[in-house]
Amino acid sequence: MIRVQTDTLAAPAASRRAARAAARPPRRAGFRPDHRPRRPFSVLILVVLAFYATGPLAVFVFNSLKSPAEISRSPIGLPSEWRWENFATAFEDANMGQGLLNSAIIAVSTALGVCVIASMAAYAMTRLELPGKSAWILYILVSTSVPIQLFLVPLLSWWSTLGLYNTQFGLIVIYWAVYSPFATMLLRSFLLTIPKEYEEAARLDGAGEWRLFTRVMVPMIWPGMLTVALVAGLQAYNEFLLAVTFIQDSQLLPVSLSLYSFQQSYAVDWSLVSAAGLIMAAPVIVVFLLLQRRFIEGYTQGGLAN
Amino acid sequence: MTSATARIGAGPAVRRPRHRRRLVAWLFIAPLAIVNLLVIGGPGLSSLLFSFTDWDGLGQANFVGIDNYVELFQSPNVLAAIWHNLLWTLFFLIVPISMALLGAFLLSRLRRGQVLFRTLYFIPYVLATIVSATVWRQILSPDAGIGAALANLGFDGLAGVNFLGDPSLALGSVAFVNNWQWWGFLLVLFLAAMQGVNPALYEAARLDGANAWREFWHITLPGIRPTLMFLVLMTVIWSFLVFDYVYILTQGGPAGSSDVLATVLYRTAFSEQRAGYASAMAMLLSSISAVVVAGYLILRKKLDWDV
Repeated sequence: MIRVQTDTLAAPAASRRAARAAARPPRRAGFRPDHRPRRPFSVLILVVLAFYATGPLAVFVFNSLKSPAEISRSPIGLPSEWRWENFATAFEDANMGQGLLNSAIIAVSTALGVCVIASMAAYAMTRLELPGKSAWILYILVSTSVPIQLFLVPLLSWWSTLGLYNTQFGLIVIYWAVYSPFATMLLRSFLLTIPKEYEEAARLDGAGEWRLFTRVMVPMIWPGMLTVALVAGLQAYNEFLLAVTFIQDSQLLPVSLSLYSFQQSYAVDWSLVSAAGLIMAAPVIVVFLLLQRRFIEGYTQGGLAN
Repeated sequence: MTSATARIGAGPAVRRPRHRRRLVAWLFIAPLAIVNLLVIGGPGLSSLLFSFTDWDGLGQANFVGIDNYVELFQSPNVLAAIWHNLLWTLFFLIVPISMALLGAFLLSRLRRGQVLFRTLYFIPYVLATIVSATVWRQILSPDAGIGAALANLGFDGLAGVNFLGDPSLALGSVAFVNNWQWWGFLLVLFLAAMQGVNPALYEAARLDGANAWREFWHITLPGIRPTLMFLVLMTVIWSFLVFDYVYILTQGGPAGSSDVLATVLYRTAFSEQRAGYASAMAMLLSSISAVVVAGYLILRKKLDWDV
C-alpha cells in the first residue's frame, strides 16, 4: 500500500518518460521510406525559419568586423577586410573585462546557491516529515509566477536598509530567491523517481539526514543539479531588470549593463557595439553548443514545471 | 509517504523522535523559505500596503485610501499602456505560436537533421535581451540597417524608415524583435510535446488516407493540448509583464507610443519617485496574472484537463 502511494506520486514524470522511450522504436521501424515521401517543401520552410533565426546573427558577426564607414556603405553583407582589432577596442572601451568578471562571479554564485537551496528544499519536500507539504508546493508555484514588479519597489528600500543595495551579494541573494522555486520543482520531480531503498539502507546503517542527503541523494540527482546550475547561471548572466535596478557602481556592473551603457553612449559606432555584444554572447553560445541537450532539457522541463 | 519512512526506518538504531524529525525537515527547507520571504513574500506584501499610501520610496508614507487605484484607471498613460499590453498579447498569441507550431510540426516529421534545426532555432533564446536588442537596433536603424541595405540594391521602399523612432511602428518593431528571440523556445517545447504523441495514431490516420493538415488538426493539436494551453496562458501573463525589450529599445517612446504597464511602473517608481502609486500598478499587474492563472485552474478542473 505504501509503495503504491509513492509510485503514483512518481508516476507522471516516469510514465511520460517510459511512454516516450517505448514510442521511439516502432516509430522508426513503422515508417519505411516509401511511407514517408521526401518533403522538399517542408524542408524549404524549415530552412527559411533557420535563416530567420540565424541570419541576423550572421549580420551581427559581420558588422563586428567592419569599419563604421563600411557599415554605412554596406550594412548587411560580408566585411571586405576583417578588422579583428574591433574586439580589442570594444573590450577596452566598454570595460568588458570588468563586466565579464563581475558576471562570472554573479552567475557562478547564483548557480551554486540555487543548487544548494533548491536541492535541500526538494529533499525536505519529498523525503522528510515536512508539515504542510502541499501548502509549500502551492507557495512555490505561486512564487514562480509572481511578477518581479510586484516586489521590486519595496525590495529596493529593504535592500537599502539592509546595506545590500548596490552590492553584488545583494543582487545574488535576489537571484537565489527568484530562480530557486523553479529549480526546487525540477529537482523534486527528479527525487520522486528515485526509489527509497537507497536511503533506507543508509538509514539502517545509522546515517544522519545531512549525511544521507550529501552522500546518497546529491550524487543521485547530479544530472538534475547540473541542469539547474546551467539554467540558473545563464539566467543570472543574461538578466537585466534586477541588475539595472540594484547595481549602480560602474566597478560592480555585470556585463549586460556594461554593454547597455556602451550602447547608449556609442549609439553610432555599430561595429564596436556589435563587437562588444559578441564578446558578451560568445561564452553563452559556446556553452550552449557544447551542452545543448542538457540546456534544452532544462528549459523544456523548467518551462513546464508548473 | 510519511508512514513509509516511519515504518521501514523503525529499526532501533535510527528511530528519532517525531519533533526532531520535523525540526530536521524545517532546517532543510529554511534557506528557501528565508530568501523567498525576504525577497518575494515580504516586499510583495508591503507592496500591497504601500499601494494605499503616497509613499515616495524613501520617506514617510501616508495612508490615502484607494486614491492610487482611482488615479490608475483615469490616467491616460496607464490606459494607453494597458492597450499596448493587449496588442502585445494578441501579437504573441498569434505570431510566435503559429510559427512555432508550423516549425515543430514540420520538424517532427523530418527523418534527419532534427537536432541541427532545433539547435539553430534555439540559439536566439539563449542570448541575453541586451544582446538581441543590440543585434536588431542596428538592423532596424534608419542609417545602417535593412532599409539602407535594400536601398543599395535599388529598392528604397524602406530607406530612411526609423522602425524604433516612428510612433506608429515602435511597438510593433519591439514586438518583432522579442518574437525573434522567443518563438524558437516555443518550437522546442512544442516539438518535445509532439514527440510524446502516440505514433500509432498517425499510422492509423495515414492508413485512412489523411493528409498532413488533417493529421495536424486531428492528432497533433489534440495530442499537445496541455502544452499548448499552458503556453497560451503563459503568453498572456508574460505579455503583461514585458519590460526588458521595451525599456532597452525605446524606453516606452517615442511619446509613449510603445509604453507598456511595466515601463510606466518603472518610471513612476524610480524617476517620478511615486512608489505608492507604482505599487498600485504592481497590484494591477499581479492581479492580471492571478486572474489568468485562476481562470486556467478552474477551467482545467471543470473540463478535467490533464497537464
